[in-house]
Amino acid sequence: MDYFITLINEIYKILFLVIPILVSVAMIVWLDRRVWGLVQKRRGPNVVGPFGLFQTLADALKYIFKEIIIPASANKTIFILAPIITMTLALVAWAVIPLSETLVLSDINVGILYLFAISSLGVYGIIMGGWASNSKYPFLGAIRSAAQMVSYEVSIGIIIINVLLCVGSLNLNDIVLAQKNLWYVIPLFPMFVVFFISALAETNRPPFDLPEAEAELVAGYQTEYSGMMYAMFWLGEYANILLMCAMGSILFLGGWLPPLDIYPLNIVPAPFWMIFKILFLFFLFAIIKAIVPRYRYDQLMRLGWKVFLPFSLIYVVLTASFLLYFDKLPKGSF
Amino acid sequence: MLAHAIFFYFFSILAIFSALMVITSRSTVNSVFFLILDFISVGCLFIMVGAEFLGMILLIVYVGAVAVLFLFVVMMLNVAQQKQSWFVGQKSTHIPSGLIVSVLILLELLVVVGGWKYKENIMSSSNLVIDKSMTNTHSIGSVMYTDYILYFQLSGVILLLSMVGAIILTYRKRENVKTQSYLKQISRDKASAVMLKDVEFNKGVKIDD
Repeated sequence: MDYFITLINEIYKILFLVIPILVSVAMIVWLDRRVWGLVQKRRGPNVVGPFGLFQTLADALKYIFKEIIIPASANKTIFILAPIITMTLALVAWAVIPLSETLVLSDINVGILYLFAISSLGVYGIIMGGWASNSKYPFLGAIRSAAQMVSYEVSIGIIIINVLLCVGSLNLNDIVLAQKNLWYVIPLFPMFVVFFISALAETNRPPFDLPEAEAELVAGYQTEYSGMMYAMFWLGEYANILLMCAMGSILFLGGWLPPLDIYPLNIVPAPFWMIFKILFLFFLFAIIKAIVPRYRYDQLMRLGWKVFLPFSLIYVVLTASFLLYFDKLPKGSF
Repeated sequence: MLAHAIFFYFFSILAIFSALMVITSRSTVNSVFFLILDFISVGCLFIMVGAEFLGMILLIVYVGAVAVLFLFVVMMLNVAQQKQSWFVGQKSTHIPSGLIVSVLILLELLVVVGGWKYKENIMSSSNLVIDKSMTNTHSIGSVMYTDYILYFQLSGVILLLSMVGAIILTYRKRENVKTQSYLKQISRDKASAVMLKDVEFNKGVKIDD
């Protein structure tokens, strides 16, 4: 009986996390299109609901009622599995994101490794979808994105090492609490910039959206998808973007901590700050999409392997030497 | 304990099943997918015994990077066609070497399983102190960078060497390939880029060496 109560309790908590995320993904798509439109002196979606807020819900409704077409030569199982994997992985990672010190589904020891592992699994949805479609554009898109995501993961991993050197723990709450006096965006500012750009590449956002470069590859790995399956790819992609923003705000912007520990700021509830920082980073993502032209593929690879990788490696050495010289290495409680 | 047992059997059955499917499935790509499933279930087993660091590293390194490249290669090369010549042809050299390797692995497994009952003796003979209060990330770190630093560095050097070796073996400098040089592009100015030439009739000029 005990198990059932725990189980139901957990399921209730999970639903309480997943449904707000799905709704906020819908809102974030609206925000993205709106910012994109305003930068280009268009209005963006503004018809459905107040300020066009329900545009995404209307789109989703449309996708639900559309027919799902599976190409005759596709590998059926993998073709159907691909969008499911993309969306599941994007949602599963939210289990460890702390919205405040206590408001977290599971406060595990290796939180940051878990996040990193899940975000590196994200490539499978794309590569499976591209291969199973059995068509040349999806396959090219899948190959591009596999190479791209593997390359940029390396630099994200090394950036995480930088932060971990300063914290001395893999727990996400510890990482946030360690920034109580100084957000890591200040001492590790170059790493924040590299992280931000790598996050753009990792989530296939412009200017690194080569896997779905519409001018060359129609829609990349999503070409053969239709209806709800396409919408799932799309939801997964935006949930991943939100996840990357959450990761950036935890690693560099002090997570749920207020900017300054002074009177009017520290009575604001912690989840507000976390959501505010995620939205701020997402706003930067949206602006970048509107103002930067797409990279060429060899430039993308050059940036990942020849610029970011050596730079972040050198920064690891610098951080470690600094911490060692000034005896600031985290002693921890072990 | 019931929930623990259920999860353990679930993941171990999944691991064994997918390991069997890796070697029996007809399509190579499906094999790789089952290999990934196997990695994931073994990672979950690691987490269940409390080695969460190892489990996560298994996911990151093997599933996140190595298996992606496997999948990449298998999808690019059409392995299904080559498979025919390996087993049907008379010149097959793969079966003896495969047999040797599998016999070696079997022997190793026998040694490990046979030695299992002496586990306590080995544990008590080592002078490593296992501190239960440390998280296993901390304990791995504290051992790896102190007692085993030489082995750790050595394995790093071996990996670096193999990487350099692979690059040297496959890298070919191709002649007459136009590459983009950022330095050259940036340092170009009006004086070097624009020039006035008297063009001879019917000869033309040569642009852009």
